[in-house]
Amino acid sequence: MTDGKIAIIGDGDSITVFRAAGVAAFPAENSAKAKEVLRRIAKDYSIIFLTEELAKELTVFLKRFDEQPYPVVLSVPSKNGSSGHGDEMLKSAMERALGVDILFNN
Amino acid sequence: MARLNVNPTRMELKKLKARLATATRGHKLLKDKSDEMVRRFSLIIRENKRLRDEVEKELSETLRQFSVARSVTPAYRAETAFVMPSVAVRAECQTESVMGVEVPDVKLVNEKRSDGLPYAFPEITGEADFSVARASALLPKMVELAKTEKTVRMLAAEIERNKRRVNALEYVMIPQLEETIKYIKSKLDENERAAVIRLMKVKGKAQ
Repeated sequence: MTDGKIAIIGDGDSITVFRAAGVAAFPAENSAKAKEVLRRIAKDYSIIFLTEELAKELTVFLKRFDEQPYPVVLSVPSKNGSSGHGDEMLKSAMERALGVDILFNN
Repeated sequence: MARLNVNPTRMELKKLKARLATATRGHKLLKDKSDEMVRRFSLIIRENKRLRDEVEKELSETLRQFSVARSVTPAYRAETAFVMPSVAVRAECQTESVMGVEVPDVKLVNEKRSDGLPYAFPEITGEADFSVARASALLPKMVELAKTEKTVRMLAAEIERNKRRVNALEYVMIPQLEETIKYIKSKLDENERAAVIRLMKVKGKAQ
């Protein structure tokens, strides 16, 4: 897969600005809708940004994308600011791999 | 540790010895691989953390600014202004191999922009222009973060799998083989002694 298209899924306000920046934007107001959209576009887009609120609820569903390189699904903060979900994911990956915390030191 | 269920013969002993040699070598190799993966992982995860902090900070700011900028125009006008993007970003996607794990390698390419903004100037305020420009500027970093984070996750999964393999070899496979080899050796020795004794007895009777 070399034709990398970029998409963003999120609530209206958070994604409009990215639409203007040239990213395909898919509105989704709740996690069920986001899941459906994700399923539909996962094959066509190689990078998919997902707002944190949605990503948090879809953690289990998103695990299936961890096996192959594409699509890359990344959770980004929405207009409500960062909730620390990204850091949590990072931490869990680190604990899985190393068994110790080398970043957050707590 | 349970020993394997095999016949105590010289043939089996030879086979098991070969297996033990392979297992030991495999264990050493896997252990080295694991060490190197952990080293790379810790580098990548630091990078990831740095990127994420940056992106989160900037993105939150941009979005907040944008929603302020947008709130001064009526909703329907803002919607129509942003419906048709004049620019399209694309990423070049390849895969890269980190210690035998296929990870994504993306680069943002051809940001073709005519004048940059997808709407006519009267429709929307200057602040919105600014946030759009900021979002565009942020995109390469976001793509980079996406790539790094995926790499971290895939590498973490691979390290976990590899660790399991190393442990299986170290704590199950190798002790089992060693135990079985010892068992066969003692059995063979015993047989030999029995044979010698039998010969001596037979000789004693004959005289």
